[in-house]
Amino acid sequence: MSTIDVMRPYTALFASRFQQMFQYRGAAVAGFITQCWWGGLKVMIFAAFYGASAAAASTAPLSLSQAVTYTWVGQAVLVLLPWFADPYVATAVRTGAVSYDRLRPIDFYSLWFIRAAGWIAARVVPRAILMFGFAAILLPLIGLRDWSWQLPPNLLAGVLFVISIALALLLSSAMVMVLNIITAASLNSRGINALAVAPTMLSGSLLPLSLFPDSWQSALILQPYAGLLDIPLRIYFGVFEGAAALGGLAVQLFWIASLVGLGRWWLGRVLRSLEMQGG
Amino acid sequence: MSGLRLLFRLVTASLRAQAQYPGSTIMLTIGQFLGNAIEIFAVWALFDRFGNVHGWQLGEVAVFYGLVHMMFAIADMACRGFDVLGTDFLRTGDFDRVLLRPRTATLQLMGYEFRLSRLGRFAQGLVVLLIGSNAVGVEWSAMTIGMALWAMAGGIALFFAIVVMQGAVSFWTVESLEVVNVVTYGGVQAAQFPLSLYSDWLRNALTFVVPLACVAYFPILLVLGKPDPLGTPAWFGVISPLAGFIFLGVAFLAWRFGVRHYTSTGS
Repeated sequence: MSTIDVMRPYTALFASRFQQMFQYRGAAVAGFITQCWWGGLKVMIFAAFYGASAAAASTAPLSLSQAVTYTWVGQAVLVLLPWFADPYVATAVRTGAVSYDRLRPIDFYSLWFIRAAGWIAARVVPRAILMFGFAAILLPLIGLRDWSWQLPPNLLAGVLFVISIALALLLSSAMVMVLNIITAASLNSRGINALAVAPTMLSGSLLPLSLFPDSWQSALILQPYAGLLDIPLRIYFGVFEGAAALGGLAVQLFWIASLVGLGRWWLGRVLRSLEMQGG
Repeated sequence: MSGLRLLFRLVTASLRAQAQYPGSTIMLTIGQFLGNAIEIFAVWALFDRFGNVHGWQLGEVAVFYGLVHMMFAIADMACRGFDVLGTDFLRTGDFDRVLLRPRTATLQLMGYEFRLSRLGRFAQGLVVLLIGSNAVGVEWSAMTIGMALWAMAGGIALFFAIVVMQGAVSFWTVESLEVVNVVTYGGVQAAQFPLSLYSDWLRNALTFVVPLACVAYFPILLVLGKPDPLGTPAWFGVISPLAGFIFLGVAFLAWRFGVRHYTSTGS
């Protein structure tokens, strides 16, 4: 069997979940409007703080225009964050449909992982396109260049950013898998929602990580959630370039590998003791 | 049975239902507490790095923040029926049954699902308020407590009114409108910072269109004992929370218009 044949069921799984989720365009538009407003408010708050003290603004690790771009990119890929388990898993475990998945002749962890990746990508892509159109194209056209999403300083930074954000998708999927496994083990997805604050705060979505106190920076950049947004953006701005950019990608890869390893081991244990529900 | 007693019954029934799943309710409440608490953490980090912003210090912003979250939490507890009207009542046809009962729809929807978990947001707001007011030395006298309560009453009316309007619109759209989050959650976000930090157009929108500043910024200035850097006279803060009740009146007019327009989906 060639590699293409081995990969085929997985690419098909990704494509079908993507298309299925892509049907919810109304939700994407509503989410987009909310996020424009959210982004606009944050941008105004940043402008107020940066404008208040010229001394603090000049020593800040991000310039105002970078903080503005950070805000728009953060809103564009907001639904990339692993807040919830894949709703499919909760249903499959509750109804017993998980037994069909077990019977399929493909790797079980990969099956759920790829479904989760398709689910996340389909929600991110339309919102990201709309947000780019609004913040990077429309805002400069109506004369609000200072408030707009700026392009990266050079082509290389842009290319590395695309790689890094693709890794962020894999990282997010690996984190969703951990939530999926907790859901499968406890047959209940509500309790883990209290964990949703961690990705919001530690990814930089709430506030760019570099604006937190300087003494926290090395811890903040090494923790797993930084790879969801903050590392891609540091690469985008060229703050991480050359070896530092590769280091950022390595941190992302390290956490993907660790979380996938943890997930595979844990899922194996959970499946051995999983009781089938329904009939 | 009087309307108020019936509402009390409905609310107790809803609370008892949630008490059947104590684990879930407690986790949701903790989630609400933490989910909101991280926001004040971001505000702290900004002040830590940039210092005071245009004459405002962290403790003062914390007072705005705390009170706004508390008023939204209370309104959010009681408005669930209007929030999910489109999906849970109109699309399913259940609203027919609501209309057939010999009580107003408003009363039944208010008692529909009284979400205890919102106490998490309320508690978070209260903690931030107490720490903030202590840090800037707010003197809690009868006058300032009265002012804070009056602002909260106006704010609860305003947030409740926004969701009632959302319910009224769903008679036409037959779904729950996520876009309203811009004014509810987005409104909380906007009103937790002093109005004077924003551009003119947003100040005007928050004063005259959705009068969040009338229930938060202007009256809370009196709690802080601080003159408005924008130059609005202090007496305006005393009467401005009324705007929340006026907004509620308008919302109920829209609601009645919507109910009269209602045609069952027939399913």
